[in-house]
Amino acid sequence: MKQRELNRFRLTIPSRSQNESFARTAVSAFAARLDPTLDELSDIKAAVSEAVTNSIVHGYPDTIGEIEIICRILTYDGAECILYIRIRDKGVGISDIPLAMTPMYTSAPEGERAGLGFAVMQSFMDGVKVRSAAGKGTSVTMTKKLTPRD
Amino acid sequence: MPVRLTNTGDCVMAAISGDVDHHSLPRIRAEIDAVIDHSAPKWLVLDFSAVTFMDSSGIGLILGRMRLLEGIGGKIAVTGAVGYPERIIKLAGLGSLLQKTPGAIAGRQKEGVTSETA
Repeated sequence: MKQRELNRFRLTIPSRSQNESFARTAVSAFAARLDPTLDELSDIKAAVSEAVTNSIVHGYPDTIGEIEIICRILTYDGAECILYIRIRDKGVGISDIPLAMTPMYTSAPEGERAGLGFAVMQSFMDGVKVRSAAGKGTSVTMTKKLTPRD
Repeated sequence: MPVRLTNTGDCVMAAISGDVDHHSLPRIRAEIDAVIDHSAPKWLVLDFSAVTFMDSSGIGLILGRMRLLEGIGGKIAVTGAVGYPERIIKLAGLGSLLQKTPGAIAGRQKEGVTSETA
């Protein structure tokens, strides 16, 4: 299988909550070129919203830091397309990733967080990988298969 | 206004519009909670039919209001959640709160039915 990159963008935003809608809309507009279904677009928007919100709420709890979003459209043998999204912060990091990914677990119950961010990402995307180091930040890489429609 | 509130005394209907995310949540929550504090209703009906986007922040909103209503002996129902909000609500295991129409709840209330929502 030969991988080829069809398109990419890189975006950095400060970790302000008003950028949540901007980030998910930007990724969704980028993915629109592949003519995804409305359900697929909603999946992507929700997953991006969850990852960016995590960086804002948990990565930078007391400061405004930078969030980097890299998006790529990859194709394999020209048939199947993969939307690749990496959302990275340089915030406090996650010391226990399996605990953080446990559905209904939240480290911020006072903010009425449901503890479902990673569950949404895992349910609505095809692949989710989390890398994190305490004090250095967190990177979430997500992929979704999209079949170009004629 | 992200929330249109209709208060009939026993029942507060909150029709939410626009995006429900971490950014919009504080304002939506404050508007709903002010009416609950004031009226202590038996029912709170959250209407999601005009919601354009929702992530897990919407689940936090439902769970938080559920606890609030439990504290005053009230109950919560969710209506108008089709498509995307419905999928997230079901993913969170809250499918039992979903009602097809707001009228169904108002009707039950008139008849004095206070059993669990279907």
